[in-house]
Amino acid sequence: MQAFDHHTPQTLPEALALLAQHDGTARVIAGGTDLMLYMKSGKAEPETIVNIKKLQPLQGISATNAGDLRLGALVTLRELTRSPLVLESYPSVAHAAGFMASEQIRSFATVGGNLCNASPSADLAPPLIARSASAHIVSADGEREIPLEDFFRGPGESALHAGELLQAINIPPPKGNAVYIKHAPRAFMDIAVVGVAARLELAAGRCRTASILLGAVAPTPLRARQAEAALAGQSLTDDIIANAARIASEECAPIDDIRGSAWYRRRMVGVLTRRALTALSNAQPLHAR
Amino acid sequence: MAKILVSLSVNGDPHELYLDTRRTLLDVLRDELGLLGTHRGCDAGDCGACTVHVDGLPMTSCLLLAADYHGAQITTVEGVLDDGKPNSLQQALVEKGGIQCGFCTPGFVMNGLALLSEKPRPTEAETRAWLSGNLCRCTGYVKIVDAVMTAARQSP
Ligand SMILES: Cc1cc2nc3c(=O)[nH]c(=O)nc-3n(C[C@H](O)[C@H](O)[C@H](O)COP(=O)(O)OP(=O)(O)OC[C@H]3O[C@@H](n4cnc5c(N)ncnc54)[C@H](O)[C@@H]3O)c2cc1C
Ligand code: FES
Ligand code: FES
Repeated sequence: MQAFDHHTPQTLPEALALLAQHDGTARVIAGGTDLMLYMKSGKAEPETIVNIKKLQPLQGISATNAGDLRLGALVTLRELTRSPLVLESYPSVAHAAGFMASEQIRSFATVGGNLCNASPSADLAPPLIARSASAHIVSADGEREIPLEDFFRGPGESALHAGELLQAINIPPPKGNAVYIKHAPRAFMDIAVVGVAARLELAAGRCRTASILLGAVAPTPLRARQAEAALAGQSLTDDIIANAARIASEECAPIDDIRGSAWYRRRMVGVLTRRALTALSNAQPLHAR
Repeated sequence: MAKILVSLSVNGDPHELYLDTRRTLLDVLRDELGLLGTHRGCDAGDCGACTVHVDGLPMTSCLLLAADYHGAQITTVEGVLDDGKPNSLQQALVEKGGIQCGFCTPGFVMNGLALLSEKPRPTEAETRAWLSGNLCRCTGYVKIVDAVMTAARQSP
């Protein structure tokens, strides 16, 4: 590991000033469960490490005045799985967190780290995007808020510029029910071969709005827009669901890698999308992994 | 080489250490403090052999940058004896045959204790899920799970 300077700023302005001053040569550490591996292997060689764990404005899960749920970037996966607010209104997010890594890693791995790491298989991305979450970003120059859907630019690449921090994720009030299905050989301690998040808002037996988000089958988490369109306004018969699932499997762009072939991933997108939509249309709680 | 002053409480003892910023908590426990009960298996978060408690929560110490944990309270396997004797989980691991070569044992003890403190009466499924971050190459896990369930039944 290359030597680095280490800073633990106590306030947000102090942290942002440090990042601005180092202009791209500093790296932020939250839990470090991704970054430490990159540093150990030499894939990341920062000159400066900025430990953000003391920054109060990045902590906590709270309901906002606007009715949103705000997840501070430093919220741990462990906190997500135990938060009554998350379990009550966004169970698919808590469920996704509960099947990530291990109990030990969930104790310090963070929401912000999972998203900023921008892995195509990041388990929190599909269920959060399916809930129309947005990313609250801050820097020494100001702040901005963008849809989480636009946050991912490629494997390991997010919309953050040098000097910016992800401060929080905001999730609007839930519309309909949602599920996340992670497909991996092991139930725990495994990276998704395919992840599918689906959300359905039903009215009078028909689909009002739908979200289908696919993980690990494209350079970024992928919204299956055509599959969503095929559901809008329809009553959710087996045929309609099967058709949407087929479209989703055609929309994705998987690659062959150590975890699965492109062919297999595409097939599994179809299977899991059908499973997710069927469970949601029957209003069945789905606790498959 | 960049160095930093870090204070840690380890098993109740305060330590002031002047460390290379690159040191992990695992490095510090083993190489600076000579606490060799915390094992280095994968050094990558996968095996759980390095599990310690940081401010009461189980964490893989190989992935923790020591400098990040200035002021933290650390408990290692050396700090969990019950009145100088093996605690009920350690005793159950011995009695149920949950220890063979023993390399994984400190990690299972620390993570198992974290489970029992949060859920004193876990189901077997909860126990298996909780321990999925610990690998054992010897026992096949059945006896380790049995030991945790036994310790849970024995606690008041
Ligand atoms: C054994 C193991 C199993 C794992 N299993 C899973 C799994 O099942 N599913 C999964 O999705 N992931 C998994 N991971 C990956 C990892 O644990 C998660 O992505 C985790 O949520 C990362 O959070 P962190 O706080 O540790 O990130 P860090 O390593 O601290 O940071 C990750 C990246 O984001 C940047 N960053 C962090 N926070 C911010 C912020 N607020 N603003 C700007 N930049 C920021 C860092 O600079 C770094 O580039 C696993 C990792 C390990 C070691
Ligand atoms: S040595 Fe830390 S998890 Fe394996
Ligand atoms: S007893 Fe040998 S690794 Fe578990």
